[in-house]
Amino acid sequence: MKTLLKYTLSLFLLASALTFTACSSDDSNPEADELANLTKFHEFANETHTIELYSHMGSLEQGYNEVALRIKDNATGDYVKNAEVNWMPLMHMTMMNHSCPKSAVEKVTTTGTLYEGYIVFQMAQNATEYWDLKVNYTINGTAYSATAVIDVPASTERRVNTFTGTDGTKYIVAYAEPHHPKVAVNDVVFGVWKMQDMMNFPVVDGYTVKIDPRMPSMGNHSSPNNVDATQVTAGGLYEGKLSLTMTGYWKINLQLLNAEGTVLKGEAITDTVLESSIFFELEF
Amino acid sequence: MKNILLLLLCSGFFSYAQETKDSLVPKDLKEVIVIGKKTQIHEKQSKSLATIDEFLDKGSKVDLVKRGAYAWEPLINSMATERTLITIDGMRIFGACTDKMDPITSYVEVSNLSEATIKSGQQGSCFGSTIGGAIDLKRSQNRFGSQQWDFALNTGFETNNRQKIIGSSVNYADSTYYVDTDVMFREADNYAAGNNREILYSQFRKLNFSGTAGFKFFTNKLLEASVIYDKATDVGYPALPMDVSLAEALITSLKYVVIPKSSLVKDWETKVYFNTITHRMDDTTRPSVPIHMDMPGWSKTFGMYSKATAVKNRHHFLANFNAFYNQSVAEMTMYPNDPNENLMFMYTWPDVRTLYTGLFAEDQWVFNCHSGLKLSVSAGSHTNDVASDFGLQSLQIFYPEMPRQKTRFLKSIAAHYNYHKTSWEYGFGLGYGERAPSVSEGYGFYLFNSSDRFDYVGNPNLSNEKSIETHAFIGFKKEKISTKISSSFFRISDYIIGTPDTVLVPMTIGASGVKLYTALSYATIFNVDWNSEIALSNSLKWNVGLLYSLGKDSNGNALPLVNPLSYKTALTFTKVKYNAAIECVGNTAQTRYGSVYGETNTADFALLNANFGYKWVVSGSKLYTKIGVENILDAYYTTYSDWNKVPRMGRNIFVNLNFNL
Repeated sequence: MKTLLKYTLSLFLLASALTFTACSSDDSNPEADELANLTKFHEFANETHTIELYSHMGSLEQGYNEVALRIKDNATGDYVKNAEVNWMPLMHMTMMNHSCPKSAVEKVTTTGTLYEGYIVFQMAQNATEYWDLKVNYTINGTAYSATAVIDVPASTERRVNTFTGTDGTKYIVAYAEPHHPKVAVNDVVFGVWKMQDMMNFPVVDGYTVKIDPRMPSMGNHSSPNNVDATQVTAGGLYEGKLSLTMTGYWKINLQLLNAEGTVLKGEAITDTVLESSIFFELEF
Repeated sequence: MKNILLLLLCSGFFSYAQETKDSLVPKDLKEVIVIGKKTQIHEKQSKSLATIDEFLDKGSKVDLVKRGAYAWEPLINSMATERTLITIDGMRIFGACTDKMDPITSYVEVSNLSEATIKSGQQGSCFGSTIGGAIDLKRSQNRFGSQQWDFALNTGFETNNRQKIIGSSVNYADSTYYVDTDVMFREADNYAAGNNREILYSQFRKLNFSGTAGFKFFTNKLLEASVIYDKATDVGYPALPMDVSLAEALITSLKYVVIPKSSLVKDWETKVYFNTITHRMDDTTRPSVPIHMDMPGWSKTFGMYSKATAVKNRHHFLANFNAFYNQSVAEMTMYPNDPNENLMFMYTWPDVRTLYTGLFAEDQWVFNCHSGLKLSVSAGSHTNDVASDFGLQSLQIFYPEMPRQKTRFLKSIAAHYNYHKTSWEYGFGLGYGERAPSVSEGYGFYLFNSSDRFDYVGNPNLSNEKSIETHAFIGFKKEKISTKISSSFFRISDYIIGTPDTVLVPMTIGASGVKLYTALSYATIFNVDWNSEIALSNSLKWNVGLLYSLGKDSNGNALPLVNPLSYKTALTFTKVKYNAAIECVGNTAQTRYGSVYGETNTADFALLNANFGYKWVVSGSKLYTKIGVENILDAYYTTYSDWNKVPRMGRNIFVNLNFNL
């Protein structure tokens, strides 16, 4: 009892000390907290502002990427807190240009400087084809824009599938989370989008992503108690449960079902069908 | 005065041995297998330098599951090590192998031990909870006396697997100290089954060292430190898909004994102990494995007991407080054929910590010179804790609500009545006991059973297994003849066994499916054995023994690993300087077998063995020679307890030499 009291007291003291320091110093500390677990991987400027891009990995790669950005006023060096931001990633192919699935860009906290969203690069860059990112933002009614070429290398494991379903629609299914899978029941997050046209890739609502994790190096065995990914809210990502019974290389075989339960793509795994035509890969 | 107390001290030590001779005290349903004195491994045994496993196999109450030539797993009353209690001088030790390749009997050597006491059912619950019974392996015990050095050299050779045995012991005793040390080394190649068929991967090599030092301070207090170090390397398991590169044990203890000067308490013994076991399976010597894997396991146990005996009027009391803390960890790392892929790793035992504390009390109530009643009760608390987060989360894949910790209370109660008059003797008893699931049964993760070819997954939600037992015996003894028939019956409710889950996909390549440990509503096991000895002359004896067991689950299916009718008969000729014996052992065909549990039937077999011993005495030194032939007819055979029907050894000639200075 006495120790408990002591701990509570010291925690209280520690907390008040932290609050006190935070209030007395300049605004750089909360900014530092905002950037915890984030690494800046690119920075580009127009005449008035510099855009800083951040991610957990400190880079981008083919597939689903959570991207954060900050806008720095070149004149004052302060970070802009009241901008309205949107973005447009664009793939420059030899014959055409196209975009990819992406979210809106939102403020992370109202008082902070960080804006965040996701971009799903369904293909990687190569020697002649590249991605660029155009960031449009409005500050106090004035519109600005900045564009830069970004580096999107191929992922080592397959994290995104692009395919045409049996309904003739072109879909993109991507793996979002967890970043660090464990030997446990993992809460997994996937995304499902369709290609409306070359520039618009809206979220698909009400579908199901069936999952069947397998280890091809170990007799293609599976794991129990997986839960197929479904959407929690319309317009959002798909959540499911993925059981991984050991470390190593796992192939997460997928089937995409529409709201009626019709399989649009992917095969069930049997003794003769060892993998589905759509899958993710995990290795840890 | 000093001498009297010394005598008292010694009588305290040997009170167990005397128990059976004291007709006033009710007899246990127990069997004592004499292994030998430290310096003089017992001459009456058919093979003086046999392994512990072979010694146990000679007894009528123990059967052994054999996975090769080494480390056999004892069965008591047709029950394997989850349901029984095996201790070394009261110490709890737990094997570190998930596949039962290292029963604790494999970590000791004949030279360490004087006897093995086998008790049936609840008679064996002194050192912890049990269902089937208990084996206590007793260490050799020197005694204080006049100053004396004692040297011995043991050596042996067996032709079949070219087993070479060499060992020695050096002992010293005087009136306040004793020191015993011994070392033994065995090395064997592959053995050959009948008709000279070589059994690959049946080799082994084992080194064992043991030391005991006793110090008497005051006249009635003793302190004894003891250590056993055992290391087996390159052990083949022909019945299993992999071998063992290392099985290493360090077993230490410190014992304190007081012979109180009161008339009530006769002796009081307290021991603290620690043992650590490392076990490494190895598949690198096998020519083709679907995937190479490492499977090491570790088991560490700290424990203590404090045991006292007291006598008041017609009551002989025994109380034992005992506690242990065990850590069991086992891992599996699989190496993919593509070397660029990450290793596949899992905990097969997720760092399970078991804490047990229990109290056992017994009263041997002597009614009169003919009859008595023995009552015993025990209660204990048993807590399992999964210390590894990785391991806990792995098991939560199967049991999402599984808590980290589980505590159980284990109780037992037993009563045994004994009557003895002139040539006749009979006794009967009742008992109730409980046990907690073993680490594999509760927390095992994808443990492959190569017999039924299923992957087993533990179940942390299992109830305690509960057993109601009854036993009875009747015996007759005259000068030239003695005969005894005894039987036991167990009804075990919430009987723990693996049952297939058709939804689950096995992990092991080639496995037939996954079994989860579940509880059957009950199972019954019945054993009956008959032993007789007839003295045909002063030096010629004829022994006959029969054993039969029946095991059935609540669905009427036969249980696996249950003895069919087995028989043993021997003619023994003994003179002062030499002895000779011829023996026939066999089983009838196993017609009731656990087909539901993946067991297939076993044919009958019969073996003929013979041995001859001679003792040379030259100016105080003794050389004891034992020569024998096992399986004289070179039968090619397998028994119901041979894992995956691996055939047993064919004709084997052995020579054992014990030289005593």
